Amino acid sequence: MNSTAARRVVPDAIARQPWEMLIPLVLLTAFGGLVLYSAGGGAMQPFAASHFIRFAVFAVMTAIIAALPRDIVRMVTYPGYLAVLLMLLGVEIVGAVGGGSQRWLELGPIRIQPSELMKPAVVLAMARFYETLPLGMVGTWRSLVPSGVLIGLPIGLVLMQPDLGTSVAIAFGGVVVMFLAGLPLWWFMLAGGAALGAAPLVYFFALHDYQRARVTTFLDPESDPLGAGYHIAQSKIAIGSGGIFGKGFNNGTQSHLNYLPEPHTDFVFATMAEEWGLAGGLFVLLMYGLILRWGMKVAAQSQDRFSALLAAGATATIFFFIAINLLMVMGMAPAKGIPLPWMSHGGSSMMTNMICIGLLMMVNRWNQRAPRRGLASR
Amino acid sequence: MRFPFLGDGSLRRGRVINATILRATFERRAVLIGAVQGGIGALLALRLGYLAIAENEKYRLESESNRVNLTLIPPRRGWILDRNGAPLASNRADFRVDLIPERMHNASATIDRLGELLALEPTRIADIKDKVSTSRGFAPVEVASGLNYEQFAALSVRLPDLPGVVPQRGFSRFYPTASSVGHLIGYVGPASAEEYEKDPNPILITPGYKIGKDGLEKQFEKGLRGVPGARRVEVTASGRIVRDLETREDVQGAPVRLTIDGPLQDYAARRIGLESGSVVVMDCRTGDLMCMASMPSFDPNSFSDGIGSVEYAMLRDDERVPLRNKVLKGLYPPGSTVKPMVSMALMEQGIDPHEQVHCGGGLRVGNRVFGCWNRRGHGAVDMARGIYQSCDVYFYTMAQRVGMDPIAAMARRCGMGEEFPLPVTSQFYGTVPDPAWKMKKWGREWQTFDTVNATIGQGYMLSSPLQLAVMASRLATGRHVMPRLTLDTKPKGFDTIDFPSEHVEYVRQAMSDVVNGPGTAGRARLPIKDVQIAGKTGTAQVVSLSISNGRTGPWKYRDHGLFIFFAPFDNPRYAGAVVIEHGGGSGAAYPIARDVTTFLFDPTKGMEALTALEKQWGGTAQQRLEARYATYAAERGAEVRRPPRRDEEIFDRVEAEARVAATQTEAIAEDVITPRAEANPSATPPAASAVSPEQQPEPAPAPPEVSE
Repeated sequence: MNSTAARRVVPDAIARQPWEMLIPLVLLTAFGGLVLYSAGGGAMQPFAASHFIRFAVFAVMTAIIAALPRDIVRMVTYPGYLAVLLMLLGVEIVGAVGGGSQRWLELGPIRIQPSELMKPAVVLAMARFYETLPLGMVGTWRSLVPSGVLIGLPIGLVLMQPDLGTSVAIAFGGVVVMFLAGLPLWWFMLAGGAALGAAPLVYFFALHDYQRARVTTFLDPESDPLGAGYHIAQSKIAIGSGGIFGKGFNNGTQSHLNYLPEPHTDFVFATMAEEWGLAGGLFVLLMYGLILRWGMKVAAQSQDRFSALLAAGATATIFFFIAINLLMVMGMAPAKGIPLPWMSHGGSSMMTNMICIGLLMMVNRWNQRAPRRGLASR
Repeated sequence: MRFPFLGDGSLRRGRVINATILRATFERRAVLIGAVQGGIGALLALRLGYLAIAENEKYRLESESNRVNLTLIPPRRGWILDRNGAPLASNRADFRVDLIPERMHNASATIDRLGELLALEPTRIADIKDKVSTSRGFAPVEVASGLNYEQFAALSVRLPDLPGVVPQRGFSRFYPTASSVGHLIGYVGPASAEEYEKDPNPILITPGYKIGKDGLEKQFEKGLRGVPGARRVEVTASGRIVRDLETREDVQGAPVRLTIDGPLQDYAARRIGLESGSVVVMDCRTGDLMCMASMPSFDPNSFSDGIGSVEYAMLRDDERVPLRNKVLKGLYPPGSTVKPMVSMALMEQGIDPHEQVHCGGGLRVGNRVFGCWNRRGHGAVDMARGIYQSCDVYFYTMAQRVGMDPIAAMARRCGMGEEFPLPVTSQFYGTVPDPAWKMKKWGREWQTFDTVNATIGQGYMLSSPLQLAVMASRLATGRHVMPRLTLDTKPKGFDTIDFPSEHVEYVRQAMSDVVNGPGTAGRARLPIKDVQIAGKTGTAQVVSLSISNGRTGPWKYRDHGLFIFFAPFDNPRYAGAVVIEHGGGSGAAYPIARDVTTFLFDPTKGMEALTALEKQWGGTAQQRLEARYATYAAERGAEVRRPPRRDEEIFDRVEAEARVAATQTEAIAEDVITPRAEANPSATPPAASAVSPEQQPEPAPAPPEVSE
């Protein structure tokens, strides 16, 4: 991507950066800040300012991650995974001791949601596992059981919180890595079929009432227009009333008059679409498309199995956030507390996504350092 | 080339797996994942386009209806005016005070201050504090309504120190003459569920909005209602008002101008006094109904505030049926008041009015003897004497000669049995019996004694006070006068001549002699020079002689007293009818007619008479109603039943009772009626001052005229 001409004018260190991803990312975050400015009633406080500050803070973290050498990453992957797992356990314990469930740990001034950290941690651990798995064992039970434990433990802990959305996100990242690692296709088909078959059982026996309500509402939004269906109905009104070019910056009535629930977090896309219309929506989709395409490109360019699986898994994790959130605000998925990366106000999701971006930039750097030399790792 | 996503079969058992194969698998599967991502992206873009373009209009509407809240401003109701433009029903500015809790700085202190300014009870203040502390901040809490202007003004000047206090102006219906117009005008009240179903106009369910429930208020509802104003405001999801978008003023309902003369209506209603009855006065030159008083009545002001259970119980239990409009829904045997009408029929049939009949005190018809009210007999009686002395034998004789049909036809021409095109909610139109009617209704042949009974306004004959008043104006003018109630309807019937003028002259003179000559109502003479009233008395028997003599005993068995009249007798200007239920005879009716007519020509003199009477009675009709209510509430207040939930139930019940009452005389329709003594055939001209109806003079205890 670095043309000869550019290299002469721009310093190497800058030209080397993945601008095809960074520019969309910055544009998206800036646009998100604009939307949050409006959602905050036309002011930097309380949402937009902290959105930018968080982005800046996590950008530093991203840069640090991006600079990590491959060996150190390989070395800390399992200990890191274990640490996050212990933190998840800690949440359960604190919850059980304190009475009532919670999802975060208080560490001094900051509040950490270990389940968010677990999303990249699972991807890392899975990539590491398949890297070390002898090639001949792919397709045997030995490729499945350890990775199943790696995914299963955190999912089990998160489900106990209970947080169905995050469990599914963790599972999604892990399964994508397994899929790309070359496990037999029919396993996935079998699992998919079993999941379909089990869905009714899960719905009736495993879900909490509020979760069931979300599913029911999704299947029939008109059934309860003032209750559970209200959120999705108002979100569709906000998006649909925006039209092609929207009602104009700061002119959204659905968000400003509180008809739209959570206009700054889960439904930030609806807030945006009301004011910026279809044009704004397509812009956001395009930016996400560019970022994800870059992510998949990084995966494809990776020289070794670890990098490739890591990059693809990180991309899939980001994708999962985007897809579920957008499907939800447009009334095509059950309402679930999954924020929209770089647009929603909230530290946890910003952290997760920035870690994923950091991992991708790290792999990208490795790729640049040592051009692809075939697939064999060690 | 292998299909990229299904190439994994090679990985199954038996095949050697090496790094190259895994890499190829990775790349194929990465493409698959990329494609899934792209597919979902495309799906999202399509969905977004569908929502924003195809469904844009729908969602824009929904967004607007979310955002904009329409508040209706109830229109001011149109006034109901009398013929001179004075209001019979108007709107009184109503001042009220509300609190908006979220705007108050120190709620407790503000409420205490309000309590001081408005002199509120301590319990009320506690209630308000409680409500304020539990209400949602922006929802107004009512502090007081019905404030007078002084309180309102006192509050208004202190507003800067009282944040969150909102004084408001509304309007409530006001009937200045109260119970005098109760039956005529009706009252207003909140719309019932059924009414809203019939007319799903959102204004009907606006709190505090009232619609016409009875009488003219109901009849002219459409015009009186006006056009609601509207206030469009932007509201948040929780209902907090953000800003006003636009306000449209209400349009007050159009006024209704009646032909009623307000003061006359009030006078007549009060003059009925302790009796139960009705007074109708018409303008002979236009057909204007100047007065349609029916008493006792209810106070439409308090009905419009919501019918209280105690008040309703008191009205319901009253045997004088204060809830029934007796002008339209009271049916009475007209008694001898039909005699002028019968005379017209006789003359039309060619009977010479000067032909004399000998009255010996009775007449044998078949095997029964029909008496004259004057048992001693009137001697030689011609038509004029038959009228002014109310000789029953004369009419028995002549009516047999011409038969019932011409008389019934004449009765109908005079307005009996007629339903008039008036804007009233309902009117009873009574019965004019004839052979065909009797066969149809009772399946029996018409008998001669039926004719005899009908001739003196008894038997099956029934008419309403309104019909009697119309009859009086048609007899007085000779024209087919049609009554009208609003000034915007055209006078009708004046081009139709009902009777030849010499017949009219003859009957006028005879009816004048009833009062001014040797007739039955000498005490009805007007205390005014140059104006002479003409009339005809009637006494209607309601039960057989074996039950009551008609003058004493239980109230409901006493005779009805009737009087039809017009004045001046030689050039009639006003005509009317007075019916006093169970008044004991016509003597209860004609003094009222006399005073009402006096009031028409000389209000001062009329008022003097009334003031003297009201002193005896204990106040005006409204004052007595209020006093009675206070007594009743004190005695029975604790144990009364709830009023009917729906207004319709009240009127259904009143209507049903009225119909039952109207059939009371059917029981004696087949009897021989012994006519009751007519009032005072040989009265001396009355003193200038009025005579109270109680001092009714009686002639010799001869049986007067009653029919059926």
